[in-house]
Amino acid sequence: MKAGVIVFPGSNCDRDLAVAFERAGAQVSMIWHKETELPDDLDIVGIPGGFSFGDYLRCGAIAAQSPITRSLIRHTERGGYAMGICNGFQVLTETGILPGALMRNANLKFICKPIELKVENTDCAFLSGYSQGQEITVPIAHHDGNYNVTDEKLAQLRDEGRIAFTYCDNPNGSTGDIAGVISKNRRVLGMMPHPERCVDDRHGGTDGVAMFRSLVDSVVAA
Amino acid sequence: MKVRVDVMLKTGVLDPQGEAVRHALGNLGFSGVEGVRQGKVIELDLADGTKEADVKKMCEKLLANTVIENYVIEVL
Repeated sequence: MKAGVIVFPGSNCDRDLAVAFERAGAQVSMIWHKETELPDDLDIVGIPGGFSFGDYLRCGAIAAQSPITRSLIRHTERGGYAMGICNGFQVLTETGILPGALMRNANLKFICKPIELKVENTDCAFLSGYSQGQEITVPIAHHDGNYNVTDEKLAQLRDEGRIAFTYCDNPNGSTGDIAGVISKNRRVLGMMPHPERCVDDRHGGTDGVAMFRSLVDSVVAA
Repeated sequence: MKVRVDVMLKTGVLDPQGEAVRHALGNLGFSGVEGVRQGKVIELDLADGTKEADVKKMCEKLLANTVIENYVIEVL
């Protein structure tokens, strides 16, 4: 499987994400945001965490207008896989690839700690390595992770089984305790917690491994 | 020409920052502050003759996130 990780000025989880993909068996290339086209043989594109463009205007807003992001939008429209973590999730909502918006945490604090997540749906390549209702521990590190959607959209996400994870103890005020969502075609995942920061015993936990492994297995098999 | 864009969270979207400011005003002894909403003001210096329709596009595409925010354009 070939994975590409987009690097914006201010991305800081790009190499961690690349390592997580590599450990799971993927070949990884790094893609600078000024490139206008993604390599055409990529199976999945990763949009990493960090503070792209210093979070100016709104988190992810400037990155959403980068040249490479136009190619990312075409990739997802063609049915390509993508995953955005933390700032990457903010970029995906700013482009409109995923619904909703990420606002300032309700308690206004930057929160950096491991938290418990509940796996809400396993019917996609990202989550098939977990069991429905499984609780996993994954670190969060964000100031703007307060997921906001309208009541109608929340009902739709629930009906369509598009909520990937919920927080067991909501840290940031997110609507419906949502920590991550998937796209309608189930090929794009956005989440605030950092699965790439729990793929090695030295990270203090390995609950992220199953995500990268099932992704590599499913996409290779597809 | 100068154009001012006011960007505000939509009614009904909880504004944690405005809420914190409201609390702080209460702590300073100002009673009766029933609500605070915090937004952004963006001033644009534009070539004369720039169409308002283009400014609207700027707002829709970048300056505001219309999922959660409204905007008002004012030509100064």
